Amino acid sequence: MSIYFRRRLINAFNLTVSVLATLFGLFWLVWLLWTLLSNGLPWLDQRIFTEITPPPGSSGGLSNAIIGSLIMTAMGVVLGTPIGILAGTYLSEFSRASKFAPVVRFVNDILLSAPSIIIGVFIYEVMVVNMGHFSAWAGSVALALIMLPVVVRTTEDMLRLVPDSMREAAAALGAPQWKVVTMVVYRAARAGMLTGVMLGLARISGETAPLLFTALNNQFASTNLNQPIANLPVVIFQFAMSPYEDWHHLAWAGALLITFTILLLNILARILLRSRNLSN
Amino acid sequence: MTAPPFFLQQMNMETGLEQPATTADPSTVLQRGVRLDSIFRGATLVTALLVFAAVISIVIMLYIGAYPALHKFGLGFLFSTAWNPVTEDFGALVSIFGTLVTSAIALLIAVPVSFGIALFITQIAPDWLKRPIGTAIELLAAIPSIIYGMWGLFVLAPLLADYIQPWVTEHLGAWPLVGVLFQGPPMGIGMFTAGLILAIMVIPFIAAVMRDVFEVVPPVLKESAYGLGATTWEVVWNIVLPYTRVGVVGGIMLGLGRALGETMAVTFVIGNAQRISPSLFMPGSTISSALANEFTEAVGQMYTSSLIALGLILFLITFIVLALARLLLMRLAAREGTHS
Repeated sequence: MSIYFRRRLINAFNLTVSVLATLFGLFWLVWLLWTLLSNGLPWLDQRIFTEITPPPGSSGGLSNAIIGSLIMTAMGVVLGTPIGILAGTYLSEFSRASKFAPVVRFVNDILLSAPSIIIGVFIYEVMVVNMGHFSAWAGSVALALIMLPVVVRTTEDMLRLVPDSMREAAAALGAPQWKVVTMVVYRAARAGMLTGVMLGLARISGETAPLLFTALNNQFASTNLNQPIANLPVVIFQFAMSPYEDWHHLAWAGALLITFTILLLNILARILLRSRNLSN
Repeated sequence: MTAPPFFLQQMNMETGLEQPATTADPSTVLQRGVRLDSIFRGATLVTALLVFAAVISIVIMLYIGAYPALHKFGLGFLFSTAWNPVTEDFGALVSIFGTLVTSAIALLIAVPVSFGIALFITQIAPDWLKRPIGTAIELLAAIPSIIYGMWGLFVLAPLLADYIQPWVTEHLGAWPLVGVLFQGPPMGIGMFTAGLILAIMVIPFIAAVMRDVFEVVPPVLKESAYGLGATTWEVVWNIVLPYTRVGVVGGIMLGLGRALGETMAVTFVIGNAQRISPSLFMPGSTISSALANEFTEAVGQMYTSSLIALGLILFLITFIVLALARLLLMRLAAREGTHS
């Protein structure tokens, strides 16, 4: 009886610890979001969206940083998505017996988890040094390179979920392979592929490290892709590290903005993916 | 001249009707299909090559950039604690030390917590709770690292400095051997704070992999154990964990890869001091924080080159860790394939 009791006790104790571990994980999430809301919300007014970043001591907003972030993120998506989708298509559709495909898959996984600051150093060497100055182009390419492996991975995974019988049915009707892929497989996997793009978008929206060496920052409103451009993550970094109280406020407001955008993207992507899985 | 739309071709094929006079004859349509096929296939191959080339050129460019420093300092670069921009004498040991110590702290905290979370989600939680909890934990991974950094600097560090660190120093600081780890002024920032924040950041990655591999355990194995009267904990410890050991280690390596390369969160709270101190409460420096702090301000070829050499070392370390992680996870996947 005592062994039985001891086993029951160990079981109960360890399961309680497991529940506590889960609460421990959730606790940080709640604390982080609470900090963001309480520090950011009071300063999130319309000036954030209409005025540019101020010098310390005067009032201003983050409009130039928001615009810069939007431009570079959009460029990153435009550059990264088509390449990612095509490479994912290669892995799923055209390389079933190839020896090259596992290599690409492995290399893509490495790129997926490579420290983003390394990507920044790489783009700095390739683009910034050659062009002679920091630029929005370099920032966009760095973001595209970070997004690329996310899209490759999800595209491949999602295309593989499409049953082969659909490909065979289309091929049996005489459709050439490119039509099978673009008109049958892509359509069947559309929601999943969109999820990949959204996850990639969420990933690059908050990236800071690679932008430090590529887009740098700009105190003024600029839409010139050939020049350094203001962007939210780097502005948040600079403002938060500064000793000025009003810059801290702007940094919190920007942090709140960026985090909730990303959480929203993530949740939307999940809902999209789930509705797709349910419909199958 | 354009070919008829897809559905028209299909109709012609299905009904065997004579083709309208305006369409090309079947052999040209076929040729066109073949040509477009090879173009499409070629395009996908080129993009796949591009992904491959990107990673190769990252390594090559890092090596070219690091060459002056590696040439000047040789292997000694890895073991030198010097970091002096004025005399242009650089070494990587301080940053490597900081990177390894913060990552070790992170794993020490994150692994048991992640195991607990995976255990809760797969074995304990009722079905309706599994998805919300899983999603909430995964959202921890979605929060950008700069947010962790700000929160760490403004919220966590002051709390640690005021309450946790003085208590720990008072109670553990006098212990033999380990006491030295917990000495020093309570500043809030330093290696321990960086490690703690890294732990929170890698928990979702490790927990997600653990959860996924726990779920591939064949139910019949678990049911057999339950049938013999095992408790939930005994099933997890003696059946689930041995079965998924390889995958669990793979997940931990994946988390380690994240922790090693994490930049912004660490840069905020590590204190950026180029020295090695035995106390975990003292400021230090990691490879990524040194890069983030100094790269744009580095003057002179040797300074920049040394920083790039740090980057190269970081890339190689993470490459090895991630490659091992993938290998282990692939082995588990292969075994799962033979069982099902």
